[in-house]
Amino acid sequence: MSMLPPPTSGDALPPANRMFGALPTVLSSLLAIAVALFAGAIVLALSGENPIPAFEALFSGAFGGQREIAETLVMATPLILGGLAFAVASRAGLFNIGIEGQMVVGGLCAGLVAAWDPGLAAVIHLPLAVLAGMVAGGFWGFVPGFLKAKTGAHEVITTIMLNYLAYRISTVVIGQEALPLVNPALQATQPAVDAARLPRLLEGTRLHAGILIALVAALAVWFLLYRTVFGYKIRTVGLSPGAAAFAGISWGRTIALAMLLSGLLAGLGGTVDALGLQGRYYNITLGLGFTSIAVGLVGRNTPFGVILAAVLFGALAAGATKMQNTAGISRDIVYVLLAFVILSVSGLAVVQQLRQAKRLTARARARTRDRAAEDAGDPMVEPPPPPRTI
Amino acid sequence: MTDRVGNAAAPAVEMRGIVKRFPGVVANNGIDFAVRPGEIHALLGENGAGKTTLMNILFGLYHPDEGEIRVNGRPVRFDNARDAVRAGLAMVHQHFMLIPRFTVAENVILGAEGPGLALDREAARERVAELSAQYGLDVDPEAVVATLPVGMQQRVEILRALYQGGKTLILDEPTALLTPQEVDELYSVLNRLRESGDTIIFITHKLREVAAISDRVTVIRRGQTVGTRETAETTASQLAELMVGRAVSLRVDRPPAHPGEAVLVADDLHLTGSQGRAALNGVSFELRRGEILGICGVEGNGQAELIEVLSGLRRPQRGRVLLKDQDVTATGPNRRRRMGLSYIPEDRHGRGLVLPFTLTENVLLGNVEDPPFSLGGRIDYPGIRTLTQRLMRAFDVRAPAPETPAAALSGGNQQKLIIARELQREPDALLAVQPTRGLDVGAIEFVHKQLVAERDKGRGVLLISFDLDEVMDLSDRILVLWEGRIVGDFPGGRVTRTELGLLMGGRSLDEHAPAAD
Amino acid sequence: MALLTATLRSAAPLIFAAMGGLLCERSGVTNIALEGFMLMGAFAGVAGTWFSNSPIVGLLVAITVGAAGGFVFAFWAITLRADQIVAGTAIVLLGLGLTSFLTEQIWGQAGSSPGVERLPTIGLGMNVLLPVAFLLVPITHWFLFKTKPGLRVQACGEKPEAAQAVGINVAKYRYAMVVISGVLAAVGGAYLSIGDLSQFTTNMTAGRGFIALAAVIFGNWMPWATMGAALLFGFAQALRFHVQALDLPIPQDLIIALPYILTLIAITGLLRQSTPPAGIGRHASEG
Repeated sequence: MSMLPPPTSGDALPPANRMFGALPTVLSSLLAIAVALFAGAIVLALSGENPIPAFEALFSGAFGGQREIAETLVMATPLILGGLAFAVASRAGLFNIGIEGQMVVGGLCAGLVAAWDPGLAAVIHLPLAVLAGMVAGGFWGFVPGFLKAKTGAHEVITTIMLNYLAYRISTVVIGQEALPLVNPALQATQPAVDAARLPRLLEGTRLHAGILIALVAALAVWFLLYRTVFGYKIRTVGLSPGAAAFAGISWGRTIALAMLLSGLLAGLGGTVDALGLQGRYYNITLGLGFTSIAVGLVGRNTPFGVILAAVLFGALAAGATKMQNTAGISRDIVYVLLAFVILSVSGLAVVQQLRQAKRLTARARARTRDRAAEDAGDPMVEPPPPPRTI
Repeated sequence: MTDRVGNAAAPAVEMRGIVKRFPGVVANNGIDFAVRPGEIHALLGENGAGKTTLMNILFGLYHPDEGEIRVNGRPVRFDNARDAVRAGLAMVHQHFMLIPRFTVAENVILGAEGPGLALDREAARERVAELSAQYGLDVDPEAVVATLPVGMQQRVEILRALYQGGKTLILDEPTALLTPQEVDELYSVLNRLRESGDTIIFITHKLREVAAISDRVTVIRRGQTVGTRETAETTASQLAELMVGRAVSLRVDRPPAHPGEAVLVADDLHLTGSQGRAALNGVSFELRRGEILGICGVEGNGQAELIEVLSGLRRPQRGRVLLKDQDVTATGPNRRRRMGLSYIPEDRHGRGLVLPFTLTENVLLGNVEDPPFSLGGRIDYPGIRTLTQRLMRAFDVRAPAPETPAAALSGGNQQKLIIARELQREPDALLAVQPTRGLDVGAIEFVHKQLVAERDKGRGVLLISFDLDEVMDLSDRILVLWEGRIVGDFPGGRVTRTELGLLMGGRSLDEHAPAAD
Repeated sequence: MALLTATLRSAAPLIFAAMGGLLCERSGVTNIALEGFMLMGAFAGVAGTWFSNSPIVGLLVAITVGAAGGFVFAFWAITLRADQIVAGTAIVLLGLGLTSFLTEQIWGQAGSSPGVERLPTIGLGMNVLLPVAFLLVPITHWFLFKTKPGLRVQACGEKPEAAQAVGINVAKYRYAMVVISGVLAAVGGAYLSIGDLSQFTTNMTAGRGFIALAAVIFGNWMPWATMGAALLFGFAQALRFHVQALDLPIPQDLIIALPYILTLIAITGLLRQSTPPAGIGRHASEG
């Protein structure tokens, strides 16, 4: 897996990279993570645990050997897709807090199709199941996008409601005694037939082909956002709805489609988890949706940043299991760490942006000497983000 | 105000050697400025000269890096607006700092509500009515601010300044949104304030206003004071030279127009605005090739809606828009752009540019779907970059590279980039809305020259501006827009400010200009 | 009658959180953190009661924790100027993670706490906090529209730069409202854990914080109308138990989903006439 920034000609890098430079971005993300881990250590210490062995267990559980690294990647797989889902919506100016629900319906539909056994060949059955998951997730993402476009209903509220609705629907479907595709006692679908399972990549580990799907998806999202007309429209709408209107870009259409795409990616995330890791869809709260938000934020909503952040959070998830087993610390601490990461990233990002804006302004003013002194009141730097109305 | 009595000779406000640096720029570089008690003192400087910074320093929003401020002879150091208010200063902001959903009385008392926890609306109402009567401001304390006309909102700001005990009023570009008649009314209010002993600092970049209202004027340029004059002893061209630093021709060089056939036609446009009021109420006109058609009017009389209907952002409820004899009423902005309509929007930052985008990406704005910008949904970035470089050279857009974010450019260079993008399409009709707002003199001259050059290439230029001088200087024909209707149509150069002003204020030309009060 | 009391009981925690959310949003801070505050309050109520054997102490602990949570959120949303939705998400996650982590650390069992003593009741299964919830509505109304701080709070929410221009310390008022929202939402959480029930279970608020926020939007940021919306959502929750009792032919899972569906309909159908505080999410200029 490539840890390097995208191979691009220097003249058309995406603005985020160009503006901040790849290295400081990575550094500030790392700094944010370090701050978060430190805060987590304090929480551990306050609750009477020694954080050092806890973190040792965490680390060795994530990177201690081939199996552990494979496990980290396994955990990272749905997070890459979820993080991409968050990034695509963010680029369009939307906060998709509904990734969880989109993963649930995606996983459910993929699980149902995969449990159905009409004797299809793998080349047909597997894509069919994956498609079912993507379509379901896409629909679940499209609905809030469409509602926002048509009525202005804020996506944060609608997607949260759709999350709860997705759980309910999943519970109802899985609970149907009469449906042969589900196992109500286990709260899951029946196991996926072999033709609908994602193949395992490495014997002796749980690493499956989902990671390849996720990496291809990241590449596709990058190309879409930075090389195509549709991606340009998404980014324009996200940064400046007014400029988008000026340019004849339909705001409603673009955000609805961006949410469709976001849901599609999230649905795919639920799908690879069901068909690759679990072998069936389980009706349990995965918590992947919230983690995906953190992945998107830490990855600065760029596809390659998302991959790195997903691996990091995958490591946390993989390591937490070992920490629980060996150090006896509840793995729920991972959610606390996640919250700290989001807090420190959002806090640091603001500090960094402010400094960046100042530097940018100063440099520009020094260079364009047609006006030696400019009123400081002149808004040279983009005004604060448009008001969110909730 | 014992201070003033006890120290009658001291200036009401004195700023000495003010220096304020921001990263990479010195906004104020040694400003000296003294205001006598009871005078109207104009602070003249063009956009970007440092006026706003200076007033923000006086008002405690910034601390100066060097220099000293004295109020009534006593050195002061303000940490926030409240300190300044306590010292008897009050600001009437260019963009009114009023809360639209509140009533006049609520706005006036906000921040100085008096003692106790409960809000005494009755007392506030009475006090506001009293003050309003005392200065002849004629403001209804119960009215909700959002429903008041702009001139009235400004009086609310003045009223608040007085209510808060302001003895020195600072007015920041107070005439920007007013009709000439409203400006006259403002002048008479200011004169009354002066008579009752108040001091007024009048910030402006318009020479005429300096002559009309001020006793003395201080000119600043590039962050430095270049002189203080008795207004009566100076001339407009002297002040202009001081302000800009070189002799400027105050007139746009403009050969006669040779209008051709109509290129853009508005035919009986009707549109209901956001509050259910008719925003456009039967607007009809023809824009011909080879002319600059100016539309003047006070903001809020249908300009925004007219622009949206003409550019294709909104559809009228009735009426048609014809572009080169084709009915384009039902088409969107992209179709019209392809047919030859270019549009320089009023709001550079919110509409004309995506500030975090690079120059290259901004050149794509509005063009992205058309070859050669993109093919089959894929954008030709190297091609666009080359084009951007060419446009930067041709239009003198000063920026390090096409990869520079638009946010890093000065206002003038941003506007040049927009103009470059819009003109490279070689449009038949050009919609220019407030094309010079907030620009310095050099950039204004550049923009005006471009508009005239477009006209001389046989293109139709529709200029919509709230700056009456700009419309009068540039237009071959002038229309007046009032309450969504065209209420005046004049050949350029054959109409006076007063005539236009009357129509802009909704009156007829038969009326005489109203008396000062 | 039983349905009525059940409605009141379900609505009360929503009203607590909603009044907090309303004040917070009126001051111009978007608050999706309510869910997190509620969870923290629910947990802190039980933990405080368990350690002290007094539900009153438990309630006080919940209030303290809510205030602390509110302070953290305010620091991010106001001082650091972080994206308020992102910071709110983090608070929700923090509430979820911290409470379930501590549940396991303190009581050694995942998922739920042992039973603790409850707050006193006033009959019909209603606890002492219930009338307080309904009393909060006129108090909120009075505060916002009849007092000077209320006027200033509104000014901060409508146009922060204008408030700042007349010398109002926008950040101070916003901090106060955010902390109050933390306290009220935490009390709403404690209402659930030591009022209605007598234990904490993981994620026991089940989205009530979000529903409270929906009630604020539904109620157009007006206290009485927000209470009406909370009652409607409370009714939908109460109905669920009565469907069971009445043996209606509707799947219970769908009834559980009713508040979510109602919220979706409300936000899409009625939001168009709503007028949120005009300055929400915006900061006053640097000063």
